[in-house]
Amino acid sequence: MSLLEVKDLQVRVEEREILHGLSLTVNPGEVHAIMGPNGSGKSTLSHVIAGKPGYEVTGGQILFKGEDLLEMAPNERAAKGVFLAFQYPVEIPGVTTWNFLHAALNAQRKARGEDEISSPAFLKKVREVAKSLNIPQDMLKRGVNVGFSGGEKKRNEILQMALFEPAVCILDEMDSGLDIDALRIAADGVNALRSPERAMVVITHYQRLLNYILPDFVHVMSKGRVVKSGGKELALELEESGYAQFEDAA
Amino acid sequence: MNVVAKTETGRALGDAFAVARDRLPGKGKIADQRRQAFEAYERSGLPHRRIEDWKYTDLRALMREVLPLAPAPDAAALGRAAAAIKLRAIDGVRRLVLVDGAFAPDLSDLGNLDKGLSIRPLREVLDAGEDALSAQAFASDTSNPMIALNGAMATDGVVIDVANGTVLAQPLHIVHVASGATPAAMFTRSLLRLGRDTGVTLVESYLAGEGAKAYQTHDGLIVAIGDNARLDHVRLVEDSVDAFNISSATVTLGAHAQFNTFGLTSGGHVSRYQLTVTCAGEGSNVETNGVNLINGKQHADTTLFMDHAVPHCASREIFRAVVDDRAHSVFQGRIIVRPDAQKTDAKMMTRALLLSDDAEADNKPELEIFADDVTCGHGATTGALDESLLFYMRARGLPEKEAQALLIQAFVGEAIETIASDALREVAIATAQRWLQARA
Ligand SMILES: Nc1ncnc2c1ncn2[C@@H]1O[C@H](COP(=O)(O)OP(=O)(O)O)[C@@H](O)[C@H]1O
Ligand SMILES: [Mg+2]
Repeated sequence: MSLLEVKDLQVRVEEREILHGLSLTVNPGEVHAIMGPNGSGKSTLSHVIAGKPGYEVTGGQILFKGEDLLEMAPNERAAKGVFLAFQYPVEIPGVTTWNFLHAALNAQRKARGEDEISSPAFLKKVREVAKSLNIPQDMLKRGVNVGFSGGEKKRNEILQMALFEPAVCILDEMDSGLDIDALRIAADGVNALRSPERAMVVITHYQRLLNYILPDFVHVMSKGRVVKSGGKELALELEESGYAQFEDAA
Repeated sequence: MNVVAKTETGRALGDAFAVARDRLPGKGKIADQRRQAFEAYERSGLPHRRIEDWKYTDLRALMREVLPLAPAPDAAALGRAAAAIKLRAIDGVRRLVLVDGAFAPDLSDLGNLDKGLSIRPLREVLDAGEDALSAQAFASDTSNPMIALNGAMATDGVVIDVANGTVLAQPLHIVHVASGATPAAMFTRSLLRLGRDTGVTLVESYLAGEGAKAYQTHDGLIVAIGDNARLDHVRLVEDSVDAFNISSATVTLGAHAQFNTFGLTSGGHVSRYQLTVTCAGEGSNVETNGVNLINGKQHADTTLFMDHAVPHCASREIFRAVVDDRAHSVFQGRIIVRPDAQKTDAKMMTRALLLSDDAEADNKPELEIFADDVTCGHGATTGALDESLLFYMRARGLPEKEAQALLIQAFVGEAIETIASDALREVAIATAQRWLQARA
């Protein structure tokens, strides 16, 4: 069974249709890249998969392991194994990263009928992951993303991904605002999480990221549709000729 | 000629005072003061919305009547009170208990008093006819009819004296309990006098016995903080859902004195707390902080009068209201800077969080500044929880109520953090968490 199936998805925001029948099938172990110019609907797709309020799905469906994802609350989706690394991670003053991650992980475990994780076990786990991503311990004591640089925020997203061990990871423009060193650390973090059971959907505007995270499939989005799909060579093609050729196809 | 028409309520209460008078301690001068206070109250009766300070808390509409005085607690009442106290016991404090308006020695810790600490029931002080002390306890503010009424009707309270140079390691904890047998009113008045160079922590809590009916509690606290002295004050209102709590505190600071007060209101049906703080000595420092956590049909009003009477004093106020369902939170803060009070540094910051469309929060900050070389400011915001934060948290697996709870905790945290004592900060956090858990 496919892990994630988006079928003929139509989505409106404030009376305006943004996605006009988008389809995408993701199987375990696969890495899909979604590329497209600004405003083509990439973030909208990621938000609808994660369950952000404010989007009206007027047609189509999204199945996760065969279940209707659109019927689930965002937190249920997370507990089932859907993870979105945000393009713009929010800052949550007054809620320490540490507390937040512990509460979130336990909420997911509780939803799956698993035991809560104790503070010492959690501490050990977070420390290991943080170390591998070059995240200093004291960042975990601060408010979630408060005063973090762009790169630190993105690394915090990868940290959460590693901690929650989701089945599908959607990475929305994780390369934006990162210099080459930060990008490499983040990409290494993502690559370390690749596994035969886990799938990744890497959303990006630029081909650059795909030098570090090699995709199995590349989809080009334009104006709310997937206009072309292919292997990783499609990314290179785009790098050379740009998105213009697809604008007309949309 | 008195042309103010007496409401039904006024008349009934007039009778109640006549009936109660014989039970009220204090003869001679005190009895005269009580009568004058009652007359002051009667001139307006229960305050209503056309009186500016009571615009948002119309007691005539909300409370309608003052109930008859609670009977002195019997053994059963004391038993219910003891059970209520046990549920909210705070470790390491010296507990002083008032049940249904009467000091309860058997539930209080009066043994091994620290050197320099004196604690007596108000009734005893009044019966002993100590005029000076009694006069101080009854120096009531007749401009506020409810404080005047409290002065007229107070049956008991505690009189605490802390001698010069005494620093108490153990916090004092005044517990006001309504045993809840019958719907009744209780009136207490307490006096706390801190000498020079003293240090005291005072906790006050309001509790009810199980199944308490719609009672009314009226307390008046009078505090004098001596030069170089410091009072830390934590006030927790956890009255039962039908209760009325109409209370006041009047605090005066000497030179280089410090007053740090924090109030948390999560209980009661209607509560009004008027805090009047006067910086009467130069170089004094005041922090008045508070949190309302209310839901259902609760109404909670904190009214602060911050009076800078002398130069070189600072005051800070952080107030946070979290309002759910149809509840109504009121914060009024008036900073008065007298003509002589140059170099005053006074700031108020009030924020309200509305958790439902029907929730209401009124903020009324006022600055009355008569000196020119001062730094004063206030800010007020009202809003809902940030949807983008909630979505982020839910996308990480937190159910909506849990995500809200974390954001609410963070919101009130800024005020709770101002509590100096670690142990009491934990008590306030636990109280807030109880409220959040009851919501979930
Ligand atoms: N909340 C919103 N309200 C109105 N329009 C929106 C909203 N979110 C996205 N859009 C519009 O939808 C289109 C796609 O946006 P988005 O999904 O963010 O694209 P991308 O991530 O590919 O840059 C854009 O035209 C954008 O203006
Ligand atoms: Mg985007």
